[in-house]
Amino acid sequence: MSSPILKLVAQRIALGFVLLFAVSVLIFVGTQILPGDVAQSILGQAATPEALANLRAELGLNEPAYLRYLHWLGGVLTGDLGTALTSGHDISDSIGGRLGNTLFLAACAATIAVPLAILLGLLAVRYQNGPIDKLISALALASTSFPEFFIGYLLIYFFAVKWQFFPGISTVYDGMPFLDRLQAVVLPATALTLVVLAHMMRMTRAAILNVMQSAYIETAELKGLKPFDIIRKHALPNAIAPVVNVVMLNLAYLVVGVVVIEVIFVYPGMGQYLVDHVAKRDVPVVQAVGLIFAAVYILLNIVADIASILANPRLRHPK
Amino acid sequence: MSNELEFLSRYVAKGKLSRRDFLGRAAALGVSATFANNLLASAARAEGPIKGGHLKAGLQGGESSNVLDPALNLSQVNFNFGKCWGELLVDMKPDGTLENRIAEAIESSPDAKTWTLKIRKGIEFHNGKEVTADDVMATIERHADANSKSAALGILQGIDTMKVDGSEVIITLKDPNADFPYLMADYHLVIQPNGGKDDPNAGISAGPYKVTVNEPGVRYGGEKFANYWQGDKLGHADQIEIVVINDPTARMSALQGGQVHMINRVEPKIVDLLKRAPGVTIQAASGRGFYPFNMFCDTAPFDNNDLRMALKLAMDREEMLDKILRGYGEVGNDMPVNRAYPLFSDDIEQRKFDPEKAAEYYKKSGHSGSILLRTSEVAFPGAVDAAQLYQQSCAKAGIKIEIKREPGDGYWSEVWNKQPFSLSYWGGRPTQDQMYSTAYISSADWNDTRWKRPEFDKMVIAARGELDEAKRKQMYRDIGVMMRDEGGLIVPFFNQYIDATGKGVQGWVSNPNQEMCNGYALAMCWLEA
Repeated sequence: MSSPILKLVAQRIALGFVLLFAVSVLIFVGTQILPGDVAQSILGQAATPEALANLRAELGLNEPAYLRYLHWLGGVLTGDLGTALTSGHDISDSIGGRLGNTLFLAACAATIAVPLAILLGLLAVRYQNGPIDKLISALALASTSFPEFFIGYLLIYFFAVKWQFFPGISTVYDGMPFLDRLQAVVLPATALTLVVLAHMMRMTRAAILNVMQSAYIETAELKGLKPFDIIRKHALPNAIAPVVNVVMLNLAYLVVGVVVIEVIFVYPGMGQYLVDHVAKRDVPVVQAVGLIFAAVYILLNIVADIASILANPRLRHPK
Repeated sequence: MSNELEFLSRYVAKGKLSRRDFLGRAAALGVSATFANNLLASAARAEGPIKGGHLKAGLQGGESSNVLDPALNLSQVNFNFGKCWGELLVDMKPDGTLENRIAEAIESSPDAKTWTLKIRKGIEFHNGKEVTADDVMATIERHADANSKSAALGILQGIDTMKVDGSEVIITLKDPNADFPYLMADYHLVIQPNGGKDDPNAGISAGPYKVTVNEPGVRYGGEKFANYWQGDKLGHADQIEIVVINDPTARMSALQGGQVHMINRVEPKIVDLLKRAPGVTIQAASGRGFYPFNMFCDTAPFDNNDLRMALKLAMDREEMLDKILRGYGEVGNDMPVNRAYPLFSDDIEQRKFDPEKAAEYYKKSGHSGSILLRTSEVAFPGAVDAAQLYQQSCAKAGIKIEIKREPGDGYWSEVWNKQPFSLSYWGGRPTQDQMYSTAYISSADWNDTRWKRPEFDKMVIAARGELDEAKRKQMYRDIGVMMRDEGGLIVPFFNQYIDATGKGVQGWVSNPNQEMCNGYALAMCWLEA
């Protein structure tokens, strides 16, 4: 049994690498098309022709593009992301802390959002079409429909300005005590939770409802199991594949899609880092961050794929 | 009555009477709460700064790509932090005159060509070494080097030779320049040990705070420097912190929520809302920054002065000031300088909106068809609205303006100084000479109106070398009038620096030279006990 699975998994991972390579080309080409050049953006309006020429030569911008791509790719493969053009800092070092912050925020949001979404989905199925189901769906859809900056500002207005329960700016730094750090991310994590909740909840509900039509659920009902036990023990495990898929997509969103939330809450994560460097045309940083985002996205999707293969006997035992 | 109140307010300042008791007594005497609070504030000032505490600022204008090297400082956060840890030779006082800092005196030869900088003794760097004339010369050398990326490179190009003589640095210029001391007030010229040649990013100078935290784009921290040479005047708080908050709404909420004590860049459109928040004080200072509409004087159709005049007369400056800046500014007069500059003549007639006369000039110019104006949100806050307002006021004079909204990305490299009619901004310079030399003489790199008149260049150079103030003032009046009547820029308004402080912040002295008390807010303010 194990060899076809291993083969499938290996295939997926290999496919992931091919994708990642393709993405790296796209990222490189994309950053080349951006208008303006790095030297001009670093010096801004205050650029003199002499200073521009000096900076351009120093940054190696006079080399042809394909050579720069190969240099870069070689560096990435050996774990060296290069140095930021604007600050001269080592990118791997700077990204390390930022990525940690982003993952921390994503983990906090996921810890609340995933169990909550699945639980709410189960409840919605249990009380299907009743007032509880409708209420859950309405609230979740409403929170998703609002743009995330609006939810962010609402939270800031009430919890940070009016009642002053939590800080409105979520600056975290190295050596910050864990509890302070948790307190700092309460509002952004809440905002993110509200944003991703409905998608997962609706998918859980739909997937389970689908299974609920099956004959074996009827059997379970007839042998007298409690409705919630039927859902938990018999329906959920069989509906797990689509749920895992949507959970993974949302986890990926928590990592790569938090730019707006990070800017609003002044959270020092990857999104903020990327925005700063795009504005400055700091190409190596943009490429590195883009690649990491792509890797996260591809990785989580592979995990989702593999999970659904493992959860599905038909995929597990292909004919 | 007021004597009694003043007496009581001093008691509060000394901590012998509670604030609430004082306000109660004030009410009993029939005084409004606002007046009583003002009295308290001035008493607190008179009582002198309170030492200690942790003062925090939430500032716009910091990116994770920033470095500490003062030569590369361009954004607001680095500018403000630089004033906390750095020390300059001289700096600008609120009245536009110079204050000697590391330089004890700056003296000139009668021809304004040779300048002697006398270095103050006994000033210590954060690393324990004394500031010497060699350090000063090395600093200027580093910034003036032709290969340097320093933003101060341009203003130092007039230097011919430099030498150290004991505790003096003697600088000879290629051409006379009466404004030389003002050039030394440039905020990039932070004096560093050996000029920062060993490690420009070390963050070591002789300012009131030592750098403790340097997280670009996130936050900066400083700890009081015990041996600061001017400890009685600057550096009251034990710790200072700058949190980078680029989002205007987040800055506002951080101030209201008490997470920071002061913020910069309050947008004019929300000033009135923020003013109503309890404990918040708006700190506005009229400055030298302006938002010009630039026309290329050498490109058709703007090479015709009648058309330029028509376009100037078609600008409704009052409406623009009212709607775009909500009154937080002052109207411009189509020249790049205003009252905030030394040696400015305020008797030059103010140009007013005059659609009939504009139509006359427009007819005389013989131009027909629409005129393309380029704008972008990044030119200045409200630049797109400003272009639309201008389009309407031009329509009243029968001039058709077509607006092209350009992407913010690359506006400064592709549109500004490249296209013949566009919106821009200038932060202003310490002196009139610098402003004109930077952007309005024929050879200027940033001649963004393509204003190339040999006679104008001669006037600017002559004024630069004139040491007689009265004569010089008249010369600048002539230069200004020429710019106003023939130049390629339309100046609707000069802006104000709008900052805000929260509860209990004292010691703020607004300064027209730059935002946040010319960057000294964190060093000069203190927290009320």
